[in-house]
Amino acid sequence: MIPTSTAHSVVEASAPTKWISGAIVVAYALVTITPLLWIFLTSFKTPADAIAYPPKVFSEASLEGYCNLFTIHTRQTPEFMATLPPPDGYCARIARERDMVIAGPSKTPGRLMNSLVIGFGSTFLAVFLGTLAAYAFSRFRVPIKDDLLFFILSTRFMPPIAVAIPIYLMFRQLGLLDSYLGMILLYTAVNVSLAVWLLKGFIDEIPREYEEAALVDGYTRLQAFWKTVLPQATTGIAATAVFCLIFSWNEYAFAVLLTSGDAQTMPPFIPFIIGEGGQDWPAVAAATTLFVIPILVFTVLLRRQLLRGITFGAVRK
Amino acid sequence: MNASVDTPETTAVRVTSGAARRIRLRGLSDRSIAWLFITPTIALLLAINIFPLIWTIQMSFTNYKANMGWLRIKNVGIANYSDILGDPDLWAGMQTTAHFVFWSILLEVVLGFALALLVNHKFRGHSFWTTVILLPMMLSPAVVGNFWTFLYQPQVGLFNYLVNFFSGIPPSSFQMIGDVQLAPWTIVLVDTWMWTPYVMLICLAGLRSIPDSIYEAAEVDRASAWRTFWSVTLPMVMPFLMLAVLFRAIENFKMFDMVNLLTNGGPGSLTETVSITLKRAAFEKWHTGWSSALAIILFVAVFGAANIYIKVLNKVRQR
Repeated sequence: MIPTSTAHSVVEASAPTKWISGAIVVAYALVTITPLLWIFLTSFKTPADAIAYPPKVFSEASLEGYCNLFTIHTRQTPEFMATLPPPDGYCARIARERDMVIAGPSKTPGRLMNSLVIGFGSTFLAVFLGTLAAYAFSRFRVPIKDDLLFFILSTRFMPPIAVAIPIYLMFRQLGLLDSYLGMILLYTAVNVSLAVWLLKGFIDEIPREYEEAALVDGYTRLQAFWKTVLPQATTGIAATAVFCLIFSWNEYAFAVLLTSGDAQTMPPFIPFIIGEGGQDWPAVAAATTLFVIPILVFTVLLRRQLLRGITFGAVRK
Repeated sequence: MNASVDTPETTAVRVTSGAARRIRLRGLSDRSIAWLFITPTIALLLAINIFPLIWTIQMSFTNYKANMGWLRIKNVGIANYSDILGDPDLWAGMQTTAHFVFWSILLEVVLGFALALLVNHKFRGHSFWTTVILLPMMLSPAVVGNFWTFLYQPQVGLFNYLVNFFSGIPPSSFQMIGDVQLAPWTIVLVDTWMWTPYVMLICLAGLRSIPDSIYEAAEVDRASAWRTFWSVTLPMVMPFLMLAVLFRAIENFKMFDMVNLLTNGGPGSLTETVSITLKRAAFEKWHTGWSSALAIILFVAVFGAANIYIKVLNKVRQR
């Protein structure tokens, strides 16, 4: 093809077009990011500043929201307060200014821990099962393969509330309500469909020649899988794991219906962070910020694989 | 249930470890490996999805109440189904859901497609700004619903302040979530904020799948920009757009978490999507039999749509 100058190219946009498109996209991006920035700012405000009108963009920085998120505090009489030794630490000093004392740690660390255990547990299981199944679907002639793959993906579309009715009864029968094991199994089942489809896409891209060479060298099929396919699929496995982790981390419907305390994760917990007289917005914002930051980091790391993730591996760019 | 999940799994682990076994398994056929690798996944899905589904079907023909296990369970035939399909409240809920699905998807498609066209001009820094735009889509819908209640606070919320700033309408004169007129739009707005990037990303993939040569041919034929858009760009992006629309339609049809935390179906039952009706019936009123029947109706609707989605998915994959 004869190279043409960029001015006449139909594929490359002209400079003013680029400039205008850029301006519109940047404007949209700034609008879309405002709610997130606002929550981030709110987490560093005092409760009074958080609900000030007109809204304060820049206010005195305070960690009160984070203190309130991680501690329980109680209001005390001035007589009792007078007998106390001077406050130790930042949070205690803030509490003292509000005529309160810290009564102990809040439920937040436990809920964060639950989110981590259930998230990592279900991710590990889903990726483990998903890798095996995806390899089999990718490499072997499986009878009714298309039907099985369809069945696996279709489970992903079941409305969670509809599934939750029998699952609730089943878990009640088996003593799995509000337990790690129950939630991990449930999230594994939801994630495994995504894992199989995504990983099948990744494994399909690994040339079969490597395995065939290994088989010729006297490896068994399983050794070939372990030593040639797995190492080459690590990027795909890591991306899949992140998608599963984000799903489990974000999940709310099952968590709110099937857990209440011991195994409750962050999403059903955050809305119920309350202070004196209603929601303690800086504390809620602090919880939201801490909850959201890992997802934002992963999203940035994963941006090249996002398209695959949201289309079950079908669209690869 | 545990046993059926664990057994094939542990076998698979044992197979990959232990030198002695490896030799014995040298003869393991590809076919047995295939089943060994697939069975655990299928078993888990049967235990967690299909068995409960069958149980739901069975319960949907009874008057079972899960919080009153001592009551004698009576078979009521198709009474639950006929009750649901003749229930005007439920049809009102369906209309609420339809309003939400229709408007959120319309806005997402218009905005998402427009953004994809603009981003596709590859201006400087386009990949950075694309990533910024994508962020809301990865968040937890529940957490999003929760913090938007803060933004929508009458009098002190940022949303009302900004509306006041740009239009002069007093911020305390309207409340987004509490108002009968505005509440249905609050969920549309938040959904659009969250999922426009999803449509954008898929449309962008569609735009990038169009070979340059087609545009060059259009240029040679002196097709106008408008004509090129209608005859080349749109038809080529259509399968991708369908993919995005179908997926969002299914997801929004069964939307629960964001709406539950943003409006909790209120005011009254004005923003009560079908999933919220189902939650109230199943876990607040404990009409287990009735809600099982509703769950089955939802399953059938979603399964039909998912079937179409997967067909489109396979079509796009062949590109």
